[in-house]
Amino acid sequence: MNSSNVAVAQQPNWQTVCQRGDLVADSGVVVWLDGEQVALFYLPGQAQPLYAVANRDPRSGANIIGRGLIGSIGGELTVAAPLYKQHFSLRSGRCLEDPQQALRTWPVRLAGEAVEVAMR
Amino acid sequence: MQATANGGQLQRLVIVGNGMVGHHCVEQLVERGALARFEVRVFGEERQRAYDRVHLSEYFAGSDSEALAMCEADFYDRHGVHLHLGEGVLEIDRERCEVVTAEGRYGYDQLVLATGSYPFVPPVEGSSGTSRLVYRTLDDLDAIRAAASGSRRGVVVGGGLLGLEAANALKSLGLEAHVVEFAPRLMPVQLDSEGGAALKAQIEALGVGVHVSRATQSISTGSEYRYRMNFDGGEYLETDLIVFSAGIRAQDALGRACGLEIGARGGVAIDHDCRSSDPQIFAIGECASWNGSVFGLVAPGYSMARNLAALLLGESSTPFTGADMSTKLKLLGVDVGSIGDAHGATPGARSYRFIDEANAAYRRLVVDASGKHVLGAVLVGDNSYYDTLLQYCQNGIALPADPATLILPQGGGAPALGADALPDTATICSCHNVSKGAVCAAIDSGCSDLAAVKSCTKAASGCGGCAALLKQVFEHELTARGVTVDKSLCEHFGYTRQELYGLVRVEGIRTFNELLKRYGKGHVGCDICKPAVGSILASCWNQPIMDAALVPLQDTNDTFMANMQKNGTYSVVPRIPGGEITPDRLIVIGQVAKKYDLYTKITGGQRIDLFGAQLHELPLIWGELIAAGFETGHAYGKSTRTVKSCVGSTWCRYGVQDSVAMALRLEDRYKGLRSPHKLKFAVSGCTRECAEAQSKDIGVIATDKGWNLYVCGNGGMRPRHAELFATDLDDDSLIRMIDRVLMFYIRTADKLQRTSVWREGLEGGLDYLKAVILDDSLQLGSELEAQMQHVVDQYECEWANALNDPEKLKRFRTFVNDQRADPDVHFVREREQRRPVAALHLIPTVEEVV
Repeated sequence: MNSSNVAVAQQPNWQTVCQRGDLVADSGVVVWLDGEQVALFYLPGQAQPLYAVANRDPRSGANIIGRGLIGSIGGELTVAAPLYKQHFSLRSGRCLEDPQQALRTWPVRLAGEAVEVAMR
Repeated sequence: MQATANGGQLQRLVIVGNGMVGHHCVEQLVERGALARFEVRVFGEERQRAYDRVHLSEYFAGSDSEALAMCEADFYDRHGVHLHLGEGVLEIDRERCEVVTAEGRYGYDQLVLATGSYPFVPPVEGSSGTSRLVYRTLDDLDAIRAAASGSRRGVVVGGGLLGLEAANALKSLGLEAHVVEFAPRLMPVQLDSEGGAALKAQIEALGVGVHVSRATQSISTGSEYRYRMNFDGGEYLETDLIVFSAGIRAQDALGRACGLEIGARGGVAIDHDCRSSDPQIFAIGECASWNGSVFGLVAPGYSMARNLAALLLGESSTPFTGADMSTKLKLLGVDVGSIGDAHGATPGARSYRFIDEANAAYRRLVVDASGKHVLGAVLVGDNSYYDTLLQYCQNGIALPADPATLILPQGGGAPALGADALPDTATICSCHNVSKGAVCAAIDSGCSDLAAVKSCTKAASGCGGCAALLKQVFEHELTARGVTVDKSLCEHFGYTRQELYGLVRVEGIRTFNELLKRYGKGHVGCDICKPAVGSILASCWNQPIMDAALVPLQDTNDTFMANMQKNGTYSVVPRIPGGEITPDRLIVIGQVAKKYDLYTKITGGQRIDLFGAQLHELPLIWGELIAAGFETGHAYGKSTRTVKSCVGSTWCRYGVQDSVAMALRLEDRYKGLRSPHKLKFAVSGCTRECAEAQSKDIGVIATDKGWNLYVCGNGGMRPRHAELFATDLDDDSLIRMIDRVLMFYIRTADKLQRTSVWREGLEGGLDYLKAVILDDSLQLGSELEAQMQHVVDQYECEWANALNDPEKLKRFRTFVNDQRADPDVHFVREREQRRPVAALHLIPTVEEVV
């Protein structure tokens, strides 16, 4: 697991959120994490197979990002918001069409069959 | 007064008036970053924020005031502009530099008047109440609507542009409409007498009464209708309501009261910087008078707004030097165009005229004495000549040897002036003043598709009339730069949808990954190619869309087999074939809706839509519906939606065939058929056409000998009548022809292209389609039928399939690690049902960026 994008200031607090079997290949599911809704996207076979971003779409205010379509735009892995179709980078959470919009992202990893998200 | 970031003081800019021009001025200011230097305050007398007055009559055709609004509800807030609606300015105190409203006084450093105009009501004896209506604001329209209920006939006084719009509005309210014009012809400013006569003939043919050369002397009580309008000469016309649309007057009252100089024919007098006689006060739009003229069109107002915004910011601005009053309109559905010197008033001007009395069409071309240049033109009945003539006129392009060819009918439609013939100064979009040069500059700066050019230059985003010309210029310029116009599906496939369809079909490809590996780039695809390929695979092989390899391809609605609504919940539509339903099944729908508290509404396709289901509720709801015998309605898919039907010969005294039975047969056959876009059908049992089949992709109308087939119609945003394709077919031939048409469409259409657009783009048109389908000119007939039969044989209700597979059901969980519902979904009750809370996006949440 590449840990370079994990915050170094403090020790990450990894928390198991679900099992690998709960994920849907090439698609998203949503987990409840202490009052936060986190969308997990699973791309088996890719260099980084798991991404965790906020489930709330800043444009509509609805919790729908986890139901968006995964794609690649100019080499950047993205999810398209289901209502208004704007694209967010899975890596950074940045919105490709509107730099004012961004999704929170979390470090996420597979530990055996467990899916773990780093809390701060 | 607030301070700016660099410590300076913000200047106070007050704009009086929130109409189209006032709003455009704010937009221009925002765009140029004026909010860093000005505190902007806008006062609007009306309660609604700026709306599109040009399309006012659409308010009666179903648009609500929100649809006519010029901007999103939060536009002003978002940009920090103070908007005071319903707060008219009562007075300008020039000494203290303040405006006075009922609420208070507000200081200004610069003041902009954009108060527009008001309708002129001539002093007619006896006019009051509903005999004295006007047509200008949404409130006026509400008053007309109120007066129209219980009325049979309505009269518009004034046969100009707005008067005919008002007549259209009366007509759409179901009234018998009449137009009374003082001049001897309609639209006296824009049209000559022959043009006016042609327009009169066309409008009368639409059932609108036209009375020219009539001056209304007085209004008295009528005998058959509410009022009697008495004309000079003793004639009269009775009516239930009267709308005055006899011209506009500049709304200059504020300017007059505070002593600003006023133009000879009204309006606050301005110089070419839009400045009034007080250097701190500006006027733009219809309330301004430039060189003695008031301009009653939106384009000159926009151009003033644009120039003023630049001036206020100290940018270089183009002085206002008058406006081109050329117009292209559709009045009551009739094309009317007027360009430049339409009356041939220029000394030495000569005219060419084309008159088609059979179709009441008229065209006039006015050329200068040398016969080399266009001075003006008049068009009635066909505006396809307008763009080219306007370009000749505005850009001084030399006329062809025989100028008459520009207005004579041609086999292939109106002659188009090639995009290369236009000089760089040619105006492409007059609403936003975009020249061909600006379009070229946008392309050179990297705009590589039409959408980018539109958003960069704003061209074609005003009235939209120049969209076709813009596309032509764009494609021509790309070609000129050696760029082939890229028709690739997306960055992952260098093929069109048609080409991909051929590859999938010929090579027998069954999955997205296989197609991507063999013919695409990358490993992932995107939200353009995945649904398009998903649709192609379904059209060819019709495997259940919830199969593991297909799930990630579908857009969210197909993935969850329901329609996502604005708050992230879904609506559910069970199939109700032909709109026929037993009382028992109707009760089941009611019970399910009640149990899950679903908002319930009848759809336009004779079905029932159940709103507000959360993701985890979908399998529960479908479990109950399927147990009662329902199937999925595919309301979420680019696929067959409904077959609407009238009740037909079994009940109706006029019916000649059993339209319901045919609708059931069609719906049963084509349900689940996936296609480039949605498909709607209808079957009418007689020529009265109660099922509105001529607005559908596939329309069937009974005759006493069988069925007439209509194809490629559309309702919605761009309505198109379906075309008669074949007549008096028996049941089986009808099915065969529909099989062929649909499969040919699926094979050759572009992604997300409805049958109507596909048909319009078919080279060879309807005749070609008839040759392929009816005469089997490509010998494809049996192949197309066999392909359709394969799809039909593979049909399986997707919801039944999913409910039988625990693996597929795993996806229908709001949270995969928690049983709770989405706690952010909130409803309120309205008219005894649930609906989402109105302003979902206003729920405060903290945006965090890691």
